[in-house]
Amino acid sequence: MSNVIQQVKGKVVALEGDYAIAEALRQINPDVMAAYPITPQTEIVQKFSEFYAEGVVDTEFVPVESEHAALSTCVGASAAGARAMTATCGAGLALMWEILWCASGLRLPIVMAVVNRSLSAPLNILTDQTDEMATRDAGWVQLYAESHQEAYDNIIQAVRIAEHPDVMLPTMCGMAGFVLGHALGQLELLPDEAVRKFVHIYHPHYSLLDTDCPVTFGAFDHWDYFFPHKRQQWEGLNNALRVIPEIGEEFGRLTGRYYGLVEPYMLDDAEVAIVIIGSAAGATRVAIDEMRAEGIKVGMLKVRCYRPFPADAIAEALQGRKAVAVLDRTSCMGGEGSPLFTEICSALYNRNIAMKIISYTYGLGGYDTIPEEFCQVYRNLLQIAQGGKIEPIHRFLSLPERGES
Amino acid sequence: MKIKGWKEIMPGGLVTEPGSSVTYETGTWRSSRPTIDKERCTHCLLCWVFCPDGSIVVRDSKVVGIDLKHCKGCGICANECPRHAITMVDEIKARVEEGLS
Ligand code: SF4
Ligand code: SF4
Repeated sequence: MSNVIQQVKGKVVALEGDYAIAEALRQINPDVMAAYPITPQTEIVQKFSEFYAEGVVDTEFVPVESEHAALSTCVGASAAGARAMTATCGAGLALMWEILWCASGLRLPIVMAVVNRSLSAPLNILTDQTDEMATRDAGWVQLYAESHQEAYDNIIQAVRIAEHPDVMLPTMCGMAGFVLGHALGQLELLPDEAVRKFVHIYHPHYSLLDTDCPVTFGAFDHWDYFFPHKRQQWEGLNNALRVIPEIGEEFGRLTGRYYGLVEPYMLDDAEVAIVIIGSAAGATRVAIDEMRAEGIKVGMLKVRCYRPFPADAIAEALQGRKAVAVLDRTSCMGGEGSPLFTEICSALYNRNIAMKIISYTYGLGGYDTIPEEFCQVYRNLLQIAQGGKIEPIHRFLSLPERGES
Repeated sequence: MKIKGWKEIMPGGLVTEPGSSVTYETGTWRSSRPTIDKERCTHCLLCWVFCPDGSIVVRDSKVVGIDLKHCKGCGICANECPRHAITMVDEIKARVEEGLS
């Protein structure tokens, strides 16, 4: 079936990231959209409500009173058999906390855009990944975008990933607030029919509204079956490691843009590498190009899928590097380095891959990170590779103790 | 009660059979169980009214026993019985005696 996919040509446009997500939502035309506005996600809801008001979507749009209610509405709608979607960020995602577990535990394939930002205090609404990374144990699939194009493409693929019968789990699509969400970027929008065909019509296995096959959602699970259900859920999430690249391949045949779990850049012959998630991969590419122009062999591994954790893909890609820096745009306060770092260390250790590896926390609360700073990371890594001091293992990128006068 | 393996159960804890709570055992964590002294019982049904788990078995308006599959051993029935006809006894002891008899 998949062989007959014909590549389609879309329309190249310049849009803010939030509007790109809203366009994807319009094209997907979900049965239910429930959302509460919060910066920097507001424009998604605003634009989508315009589509709703203009009658260009058939969606039941529910402007709720909070994010807790937004996700609860999606849970109810999804249990009723609807394709339900929402969008949030930062404090809004934090307010959804309880329901994140309900959505995944009930195996409801809700898709949610998360326009990544910090969590206060001190009061801050700017770009980092603290909001979404903190929900890593909630049992959702998590994809992150580097660019406007990826943000748009991920939402469309997320529908298929979430609803895949072997997965059946809610999926978050992360995109940097402001840097992507509020900034204009160029991307190709697919023709509406191509998106509708790609996501096709959702046929739920079980639905509250299916009176021929009545079913109870959300019954009490005692000590005997709660754990087995979590084991099943774990299996569903693990299955996504296979399903995500399959969907990414199918999407590639349609658009020419292929997606996997991770994406290497100049990594094959690189002596040292940066591992990074999200929009700052763009600045890393610039740093790599500059250093490659001087003949220095540096590379990058971008992690697109953080949940499920693609341990095999990451270990395989990093094997042979002399030194690696893992850059996290979140802080796992008091941890042994930041979350992506610790999991990569564990992936390498379990596969007997010894490597010099350090952790950087960077860019919290919108702290600007420029290509030169990534060049500095590479220079540090090259020193470590040549036997230089590896300590401190956990560092804070370009954060001086005292300002220069 | 045989517990099914994780590959044999419905995803997400969905329940597709109606009335499955009748066969599902919830009384396994009871530490003491009510016993009724039939001589003292006047079948006033107050225990039936108060039992939070519907575990007082009534037939033809008469208390005929306790549904031990679902009784959680809270002792409310014993507390409420105006005739002091219900005594809570140690669950382990009761099980040992059951096994012996
Ligand atoms: S409350 Fe006591 S007397 Fe009344 S029915 Fe129950 S056991 Fe019998
Ligand atoms: S002990 Fe509690 S649960 Fe058991 S029969 Fe009495 S009131 Fe009901």
